Amino acid sequence: MKLSLTKVVNGCRLGKIKNLGKTGDHTMDIPGCLLYTKTGSAPHLTHHTLHNIHGVPAMAQLTLSSLAEHHEVLTEYKEGVGKFIGMPESLLYCSLHDPVSPCPAGYVTNKSVSVWSVAGRVEMTVSKFMAIQKALQPDWFQCLSDGEVSCKEATSIKRVRKSVDRSLLFLDNCLRLQEESETLALSSRLECSGAISTQRSLLLLGSSDSPTSASRVTGTTGACCHTRLIFVFLVEMGFHSVGQAGLELLTSSDPPASASCWDYRHEPPCLVLQKSVIIGVIEGGDVMEERLRSARETAKRPVGGFLLDGFQGNPTTLEARLRLLSSVTAELPEDKPRLISGVSRPDEVLECIERGVDLFESFFPYQVTERGCALTFSFDYQPNPEETLLQQNGTQEEIKCMDQIKKIETTGCNQEITSFEINLKEKKYQEDFNPLVRGCSCYCCKNHTRAYIHHLLVTNELLAGVLLMMHNFEHYFGFFHYIREALKSDKLAQLKELIHRQAS
Amino acid sequence: MAGAATQASLESAPRIMRLVAECSRSRARAGELWLPHGTVATPVFMPVGTQATMKGITTEQLDALGCRICLGNTYHLGLRPGPELIQKANGLHGFMNWPHNLLTDSGGFQMVSLVSLSEVTEEGVRFRSPYDGNETLLSPEKSVQIQNALGSDIIMQLDDVVSSTVTGPRVEEAMYRSIRWLDRCIAAHQRPDKQNLFAIIQGGLDADLRATCLEEMTKRDVPGFAIGGLSGVCVALGCDMFDCVFPTRTARFGSALVPTGNLQLRKKVFEKDFGPIDPECTCPTCQKHSRAFLHALLHSDNTAALHHLTVHNIAYQLQLMSAVRTSIVEKRFPDFVRDFMGAMYGDPTLCPTWATDALASVGITLG
Repeated sequence: MKLSLTKVVNGCRLGKIKNLGKTGDHTMDIPGCLLYTKTGSAPHLTHHTLHNIHGVPAMAQLTLSSLAEHHEVLTEYKEGVGKFIGMPESLLYCSLHDPVSPCPAGYVTNKSVSVWSVAGRVEMTVSKFMAIQKALQPDWFQCLSDGEVSCKEATSIKRVRKSVDRSLLFLDNCLRLQEESETLALSSRLECSGAISTQRSLLLLGSSDSPTSASRVTGTTGACCHTRLIFVFLVEMGFHSVGQAGLELLTSSDPPASASCWDYRHEPPCLVLQKSVIIGVIEGGDVMEERLRSARETAKRPVGGFLLDGFQGNPTTLEARLRLLSSVTAELPEDKPRLISGVSRPDEVLECIERGVDLFESFFPYQVTERGCALTFSFDYQPNPEETLLQQNGTQEEIKCMDQIKKIETTGCNQEITSFEINLKEKKYQEDFNPLVRGCSCYCCKNHTRAYIHHLLVTNELLAGVLLMMHNFEHYFGFFHYIREALKSDKLAQLKELIHRQAS
Repeated sequence: MAGAATQASLESAPRIMRLVAECSRSRARAGELWLPHGTVATPVFMPVGTQATMKGITTEQLDALGCRICLGNTYHLGLRPGPELIQKANGLHGFMNWPHNLLTDSGGFQMVSLVSLSEVTEEGVRFRSPYDGNETLLSPEKSVQIQNALGSDIIMQLDDVVSSTVTGPRVEEAMYRSIRWLDRCIAAHQRPDKQNLFAIIQGGLDADLRATCLEEMTKRDVPGFAIGGLSGVCVALGCDMFDCVFPTRTARFGSALVPTGNLQLRKKVFEKDFGPIDPECTCPTCQKHSRAFLHALLHSDNTAALHHLTVHNIAYQLQLMSAVRTSIVEKRFPDFVRDFMGAMYGDPTLCPTWATDALASVGITLG
């Protein structure tokens, strides 16, 4: 995969990540977000209703907390979680935890990390973790890490230091395991394809890679990958020679037309190396020194990208942590993507983009849905004047009511209703035959009214969740599209001002 | 369930029903209902969308499954959101955005079955709303008035509902009252050109009472009739339309309908079953998902699991009816029934007696 930046303005990175996925032909825009899922499915949505949404991101987020318990099933299934969940064309990123459900602290040891599933706690050592990832076969996965520091208040420096040390140790072990399993897999595949004979003459490639660096095959993909892998195989497996067909493969730069066994672009019977990219996790709590250490050390490893962990919390804690964030991203290489966990609110998203973050989780629209609300915040920083007036009047009215209600109401998601949304349960929507957001092109707004959604919520009907989820996802994905547009045309300041006006 | 006007010959022109084919052995018929929101092929299964929604699937999904008529419940909708609001929203069609046909019931059944404090008099059914505690009277006039506001294509008379387990004079009283209430409904009906009022034949399990009721009600000029309380083999007995909450309700308990009965997908036996619910089914759920995935999803808190099953179960019922219809048109309905019962029950002796007897009464023997 390759990250290319179109421009960097005010710390914000605009660009594309190309050559993603098993077939290497997927692309992702940054800044962007990942589709939030629960047990491999967008919440409330089937394939049909998901595909009604415009702008669904190319990559979906899966959570180990919802999938680890299905390890055995997925191992027997063999074809990977993407196919199992019915999303074979989607890029997949597997995170450890579900950003919506906080996990209890005290369950990370030097040897294992626990995730919390519906069935209970699942404890994972490095080898179990990697075995699960092998069964899942995601495109990217968050490395096993110690992220507990952010769950607690006032953690000691000692504990913070431990979280960095542990996470680095987990990372090194995972990388090692991945490498080992790949060379083993490669050898068995080459054997079964008949490209190896067991003669005892050593054949070396005229490769300029030294043996030590060549053993580091994880972390990069691309056309040169297969030659480096074979070199490792030869060095590690000792005195095998490569048969005639194999030799042709090694010396040519393109996969030969006749190769029935090495054309990695088209899945041959047993030879495609489907590599999952490890995302290194930056820990360090609120201690600058540890954050920098974590960033620098993680950056030394051949990871595919970075996850900035421990920045989740409430809006006030984020403010303090934003300073750390800039320093952290400054230590990271430019050509690898930066994800952040636990940050999804529109205003917080913008703050993080300005500090060098590329990818976000999209659980905020889900939380809004669960409390019976619809996202209505405006992100069109260049609307026509008439629309602005209408929307503004509406927004101001709503903000007034919001201030009163916010103080009283807390919601099922343990979060207060934000000023980015309206609460459809309110009586005033009972006879409101307008769409959720005027001008929105989502399925819900094109087909239904606020009055109808209100009725569905009052009567506790399942369809409320379906329709709200469709609207909220589309609205949120539209927001990210506008962020990219604003960056393209140097209008981010306007967008930021617009969002902050609505964030109070 | 309902049947259409009783002219039996194919050449006559009943108001809304056009007969296409009749089984020569049983009384099964295939036809077309010509309703204000389009044609409906019969026999037809009508999914029940109680509160102006089909339980978690969108109207677009329902349309894509081929559904052309579904049900709404007057009792529920009359309370929430109420007829005035629905009228403002351009009727139930406008409120839920359903472009095809709707059938509403009178509200009487739920009244009696759901409300503990309901009292039936000649006036109507008096009850206390479970939501605001207010006392209301649902009269034949009020029921029709609400249904006029809802604007459904087929509306039902308010009938005096008596459980089929009740015996004695109450059954006869209810039968005669239902006739009187039918007349009051007809008189109160404001939109006979836009909405078809069906009568409901009563009489419990007493054949004489049923016959009397039938004779009286057919004298009234109504476009269709309903019979309460029966199901299943009724196509063979000549019924055209069936509604039931079973497929949608059972979906929400994790149960998928298949020719051999149903699959309780939450059970461990499906954990590693990588095939679809039904390899013959063409619904989106069976096209994309395995039993194993649905099993896993059912054990999560993602409601999508239920929606997948609802889609399948409705598709299953619609496909079944369509297959029934084709068999009638192709003059092989009795064989179809035998194959269906065979798949469901295996040995003919395992088939329930009431079904075997009823089928035998119209000339179809099993096994």
